[in-house]
Amino acid sequence: MTMPLPAGPIGSPLPVAQWEEMIVRRVEAGSRLAGLYGTDENGGCQLTALLVDEHQIEALRTIVEPDRDGVIRYRSLSNRVTAAFWYERALHDLSGVVPEGHPRLDPLLLDRAGTSPAPRPGAPLGLAEKAMPAVGERPGPVDVSGYGMFTLPLGPVRSGVFESIEFLIETPGEGIPHLNVRPHYKHRGIAKQFEGRTARDGVLIAERVEGISSVAHALAFCHAVEMIGGIDVPRDARLVRLVVAELERMANHLDVTMRLTDAAGLVVATSRFGWHKERVLRLMSGLCGSRFGRGVVTVGGLTREFSVDVLAFRAELTDLDRLIVADIRALEASASFLDRLRTTGPLPVNVARRHGALGPIGRASDVENDVRRHRRYDGYLDVAPVPDPRDLGFVPAGDALARSRVRWIELSTSVALIHQALEQLTTDAAAASQVDDLADRLGGDGFGIGSAESAQGEVIHAVEMVDGAIRRCFARSASLHNLVLFHDVFAGDIFTDLPFIEASFGMGYAGVAM
Amino acid sequence: MALPWALRGLRNGVLTSRYPRRSDPYFDDFPATIEVRHDHHPAYRHAGPDSQAALDALCPTGALRSPDHAGAGVTVDRGACIGCGWCVAARPDTFSWRPGSDTARLTRRALIARHDLGSAREVAQVREELARRVRALRRSIHIRHVDTGSDGSDEWEVQALLNPVYDVHRLGIFFTASPRHADILLVTGIGAAGMRAPLHRTREAMPDPVVVIAVGTDAVSGGLFGRGYATSGGVSGLLDVDVWVPGSPASPFSILHGILLALDRVDS
Repeated sequence: MTMPLPAGPIGSPLPVAQWEEMIVRRVEAGSRLAGLYGTDENGGCQLTALLVDEHQIEALRTIVEPDRDGVIRYRSLSNRVTAAFWYERALHDLSGVVPEGHPRLDPLLLDRAGTSPAPRPGAPLGLAEKAMPAVGERPGPVDVSGYGMFTLPLGPVRSGVFESIEFLIETPGEGIPHLNVRPHYKHRGIAKQFEGRTARDGVLIAERVEGISSVAHALAFCHAVEMIGGIDVPRDARLVRLVVAELERMANHLDVTMRLTDAAGLVVATSRFGWHKERVLRLMSGLCGSRFGRGVVTVGGLTREFSVDVLAFRAELTDLDRLIVADIRALEASASFLDRLRTTGPLPVNVARRHGALGPIGRASDVENDVRRHRRYDGYLDVAPVPDPRDLGFVPAGDALARSRVRWIELSTSVALIHQALEQLTTDAAAASQVDDLADRLGGDGFGIGSAESAQGEVIHAVEMVDGAIRRCFARSASLHNLVLFHDVFAGDIFTDLPFIEASFGMGYAGVAM
Repeated sequence: MALPWALRGLRNGVLTSRYPRRSDPYFDDFPATIEVRHDHHPAYRHAGPDSQAALDALCPTGALRSPDHAGAGVTVDRGACIGCGWCVAARPDTFSWRPGSDTARLTRRALIARHDLGSAREVAQVREELARRVRALRRSIHIRHVDTGSDGSDEWEVQALLNPVYDVHRLGIFFTASPRHADILLVTGIGAAGMRAPLHRTREAMPDPVVVIAVGTDAVSGGLFGRGYATSGGVSGLLDVDVWVPGSPASPFSILHGILLALDRVDS
């Protein structure tokens, strides 16, 4: 097996029992589980758990071999570490590993209908090349029974222009005592798509893991590869990275706001926030040609030279900011709107903390995991520290209103960060950093972990390179980590609250279904 | 508190594009696709495996084809191109961005830049047949969207058609929740295995005639996800596609161009 070249934050594989105990102990001591995935290891499976402390991400590994019947098993962690609940189901879907004693080993990312072989990330290509037969549609679980209870499947084809996902709502008619999330319909086999590609092409896949956070995923992936190769990014490139990352955040936060006002039937507000979002996407396309900031970030810096007309850009941003701030002030004065958000879909602090909730959802419930603050990267190293919303008078009440307010504060923060970054570009009009095919010259083997803060929260990419090609990339969106909390936020909420709660989560379902 | 919003609705005047009646600079200038320059680099000038290998090294989706022996030059398959720009960055003497959102086409073959005359005849035929089908719809078009495994950006761009800048309601175009009301099926995504059955159910629930528009390179060819266990390499293997809109993702103007093309209201 391949050993990492530079000493990454990874130890050699532990015996399974010790690995389990270590994870449980570390989580009890305050680390959070940020991912768990399998890599095929000559028919066995290497399990990697990602544990995050305040300032670093560490990978704990073990190797499990198949039993005599060919099935790989280990003792499930979910009963002891609740955050493992979805990761172990994904592990079962993709790597075919059985976590014994798991409370619900139903398909999450991929419904193999009990017959198709697992795609086994990390195994040689070819095994998973064959197209899967159309998946049988098996009904989801029913958890609540009682007088008049029934299950309403919402999706996978939603009413409106949405990504495909299914919510199984168990209801007596109005309340929602329980709900199950089934994202597997739009599973795209992301893990296998990374494999065998160069780092350069890997960035393109990363951009498409969760398309509404293309930049954050590209950054997390590049950080991982840059860590393997010991590559430094030039200062101007770091600053341009910050600019596109913050524009992406603004577009996402405006999108969430637009969907919330739409749910409340505030037609003018919906139009205005839709317009603001369009202006942000046009600022982005004016900067780089892509409305989603694609084709900007690559390993070692930027894909090409970027000319920024700093003056015009800043003038447009300032004007946009003025309108956004005024419209948010109007929202804060719209009682009928605030009433729909206040106390809606509350996420208790203890649940958020135990799970390690990410991004605005975490911050709204007093759990602060902002990568930009704790593991500063790129341009965030060069500008004033990103403020904690709590220092700006934000009260983490945990409801949909708090989640929205975090985003409204972050809209202003983003504008300030972009201004600072542009002020620091060394030339007036251009941020140049031409990195010749650095990615292709990366011949070294190794393992690296990269992270970045998307609008949804912390994104992690754990990358293993062999002979200059990606052997395994575990892409972990904040959406995948956070969406499981959807189970926990329906406290007395009713059907008509669902659009508000869903919008306030602001997830990208592509990044969940993988 | 309704009044402040009512006034706000008037504050910034009309924001809406005049396209298609008038040209729109954002429509015309957006670098939506790649084109081949006439004076391409000698390495790609001749037919043969060397030239093809050099082109494959430039393109992660294999969208570039070397000249054929009939004398046609290097071609770009816009239905496979994801607009990463690697070819333009590596070979600015051969490839360049093509401004313009008029990227939708009526046949898959027409997405391959520099198509031959036979293809032009085919397009004309398709266009005539399509025009017959949509004639009765006139100015009341209802669209049902289905995501079959997109990366999520395509939905943003489709939804943007409802914002005041594009405002497709002015053109008599509406999105509908019910497939029963729908005239157009707008499909995004790679045709993920799990979405095949729901897609067919939606199509079956729609009253004929139906126009199917594949939106985005993912839907056209699978894009970067052309091969793999969970993909169909686009949606053309799952249903009959009438209009093809490339782009990763396709911009709102390109999608609008595709819809209007389906309705015979713009030229291709």
